[in-house]
Amino acid sequence: MEPEVQDCHQSIIQLNKVSFSYRDQQVIRDLNFSVKERDFVGIVGSNGAGKTTLLRMIVGLLPAAEGAIELFGTPIRKFKDWERIGYVPQKNAFNPLFPATVREVVMSGLYNRKSLFKRLSRQDQQKCDDALEVMRIQDIADKRIGALSGGQQQRVFLARALINRPDLLILDEPTIGIDAETQAGFFDLITHMHARHHMTFLMVTHDLDMVKDYLGESPVSQNGKIQFFVRHSHEIENCAEEDLQHSLV
Amino acid sequence: MLDILFSDFFQRALVGGVLIGITAPLIGMFLVLRRLSMIGDTLSHVTIAGVALGFLIEVYPIAAGLVFAVLASFAIEKLRKAYKSYAELSIAIIMSGGVALASLFFTLGMGYNTDVMSYLFGSIYTLDTTDIYMVAGVTVVVIAVVALLFKEFFLLSFEEDAASVSGLPVKMMNMLITVLTALVVSTAIKIVGALLVSALLTIPVAISLLLARSFRSSIILSVIISELAVIGGLMMAGLFNLAPGATIVLLLIALLVITMLGRKGFTTT
Repeated sequence: MEPEVQDCHQSIIQLNKVSFSYRDQQVIRDLNFSVKERDFVGIVGSNGAGKTTLLRMIVGLLPAAEGAIELFGTPIRKFKDWERIGYVPQKNAFNPLFPATVREVVMSGLYNRKSLFKRLSRQDQQKCDDALEVMRIQDIADKRIGALSGGQQQRVFLARALINRPDLLILDEPTIGIDAETQAGFFDLITHMHARHHMTFLMVTHDLDMVKDYLGESPVSQNGKIQFFVRHSHEIENCAEEDLQHSLV
Repeated sequence: MLDILFSDFFQRALVGGVLIGITAPLIGMFLVLRRLSMIGDTLSHVTIAGVALGFLIEVYPIAAGLVFAVLASFAIEKLRKAYKSYAELSIAIIMSGGVALASLFFTLGMGYNTDVMSYLFGSIYTLDTTDIYMVAGVTVVVIAVVALLFKEFFLLSFEEDAASVSGLPVKMMNMLITVLTALVVSTAIKIVGALLVSALLTIPVAISLLLARSFRSSIILSVIISELAVIGGLMMAGLFNLAPGATIVLLLIALLVITMLGRKGFTTT
């Protein structure tokens, strides 16, 4: 018999009986799901399965029709610590002709409710330099974002998501429209980060093959057409020996 | 011939033009990048309705136009929410409403038609001290708000979802940009005219998007281009007795064509 692993991690995302419908079509029904600290969760489903809807509810972009969503133990309506969340959007979520340099985009990860009306400090510049260095994109820092390859653009968005050293990293179809080799490289990068750093991952993808090597062949649960794959933190290292130092570099 | 450049009315026109030359592209950048270029046209049509009403009830026309434009900006945001997937619908509805109201007020006060015409095509040489104070006040407000919220407006324009996930007050910021647009448009119509104000909001931005690499440089460049067109256009209009608003806009279009011919496609590196 395997020894019982003590769950010493706090709940990062909690969904209780969450439902959502588009007009008459119910896409999510009575969903109960919990993401614990340092888990890596893959939300997998085909187009139209409702995974992006679910993600938008989790980050507060869509209100749940029924049920309750909590982030870090706080009901989503009252949640204020948005800097604890890093968000990597779909590659096609931005206008490639937008006049912004890599540095400007990465820096925008620091803009939140708490930084309203505040000027960027030298410390903020340093955070940006660190994020650029971690993602190895410092040599393209002054290039226009639209001039980069799909893989480079995703590294830029990852750097932006990481600049605040978030506790939860949310990735929405991060490799859509990117070639297979770059996809594999990107996935290696984030699984490596999951193994090394004190961070929780929630990734939406339609590509089952990409996640099953890391998250296992079988989903831990299913809701409609959405499947949930999880690699728990205790599968990485023992909680008791865990180094809680939160560092990126 | 050069005497006109030193006359009081020309100096006032220059001051008004230079101030609008700053604010129009500053706000226009956020409109163009959020694909709301037509909002300037809509608000200018509504402003004309306010101006017409101002003449009718003998209230300072630009102030009446400004009130109409701000009210219209609230209505646009409301309609944008109601028809989320058809954002341009709100623009079409409010624009036609503005034209209808303007037409109604036109017919109710047939005697002042020539005054209203000056707001349709601009009459920068008739700027008085009150107009200059009005433009200066709007310029201070626009520069202050954009300076305070520059980085937040950047994120909103670049990726609205990311701005929401960062906890930024996205609805309030959208509203603020629309209200600032209303302020700029209502004060700009006497300078370039309601039918041409959209050009001042969008063409300098269109040129800077061809040339600039970063967001900051594209904003600075759009203001420089706008000032070149406003000052150059006013000088040319003054010297050759041309319509100033039209000269400014045609100069902007000429600059755009020259830039496009000078570059084959967008600067992407």
